[in-house]
Amino acid sequence: MALLLTRDHGRHAGLLHGGQSARYRALLEPGNLLTAGWRARVADQLGSWSLEVERAYAAPFLDDPQRLACLASVCALLDGLLADREPHPGLFGATIALFEALSTDVWAEVYVRWEIGLLEEVGFGLDLSRCAASGQAASDLFTGNDRLSHVSPRTGRAVSASAAEPYKSKLLPLPPFLLGLSEGGPEEVQQGLALTGHFLEHRAFAQRHVEVPSARVRFVERYARIHRP
Amino acid sequence: MIGPEIDRLIQLLAKLPGLGPRSARRVALHLIKRREGLMGPLAEALAAAASSIRTCSVCGNLDSHDPCFICTGAGRDPSLLCVVEDVGDLWALERTGAFRGRYHVLGGTLSALDGVGPDDLSIPGLLERASQPQVGEVILALNATVGGQTTAHYLSDRLAPCGVRISRLAHGVPVGGELDYLDDGTLTAALRSRRTL
Repeated sequence: MALLLTRDHGRHAGLLHGGQSARYRALLEPGNLLTAGWRARVADQLGSWSLEVERAYAAPFLDDPQRLACLASVCALLDGLLADREPHPGLFGATIALFEALSTDVWAEVYVRWEIGLLEEVGFGLDLSRCAASGQAASDLFTGNDRLSHVSPRTGRAVSASAAEPYKSKLLPLPPFLLGLSEGGPEEVQQGLALTGHFLEHRAFAQRHVEVPSARVRFVERYARIHRP
Repeated sequence: MIGPEIDRLIQLLAKLPGLGPRSARRVALHLIKRREGLMGPLAEALAAAASSIRTCSVCGNLDSHDPCFICTGAGRDPSLLCVVEDVGDLWALERTGAFRGRYHVLGGTLSALDGVGPDDLSIPGLLERASQPQVGEVILALNATVGGQTTAHYLSDRLAPCGVRISRLAHGVPVGGELDYLDDGTLTAALRSRRTL
């Protein structure tokens, strides 16, 4: 059985005849972009796939442990969080964009943005548009020499630096690159991963009573180890 | 129409890799027609293999002795340790005759989608063997797949404190391969791993 993320039908399973054979092994690598045809007598059936590789996104990164771990994390998160046959065309497009970005220097920043998009798709979106305490929009704060600097771990809403000051230890830091205020960098990426990691663990996966996939845990650990200050 | 013994034989044969119910029937008929010359010896060989073959407690290979003939072989270089995913990979490398070191069978690779984590693989045994003073190099002979290479990177991190040289198999153009027929990933890997002539 092969499980694919499809553009119009979401996470979709189907039988692939001879799927265990060497012929299909390279085709069914995580991260491959495929042209897929699904056929069944009635829509409720498992059905069967006819597949053809369009692009093997993982192949150039087999020697790059960080990017490979990132790709494995993406596949594990999608597999763990999406419901069967629930369309997520935006998430599909964002995933392709992330895989394209893996060959650039800003791949880690794109990954954090992708996780924020994933959280939104599964119903745990962060509100980074205005300060939860004062109600001021992010753009208004910026002109007034303030900025959104933290996120409430309870509500997922952003808080301005001035409003966050007394509760800093209880809030999650919001990396400036997510507001378009900086270009990012390893330190901000790690802040972003901690931010999304909190909501993945305590909201998205907690609701399903499962732990965050080990592939994501390994990716975050590896990234932190390599970019240790 | 078919007796229960034959039916059971067909059912069991159909469970073998590469055989479906139709081909299992053909194999069963072939065996039944050659009861004396083939079926009897095959049954004896299967029974003998089932009772004597065990997993090597050192490397994870399958053999009639524990430790296996590779782990105890005098002509083997103890400084080289080759890590493979499965016994089938060990047999493939042995067929080449190009490697005279010892092996370690992991029993799988890390797979986020299949839920295979480090605890499911024989990694503690590998770390213990790699820490032995006679081991100088660990070769990670894992598949050029996402799972295989993710495992290789993970093992490389875990093996780093052992102080051994860590290498992996090359990725690139296969012998007899034509560039025009290779996929982009293989060609990219081949270009990156080019050698000076």
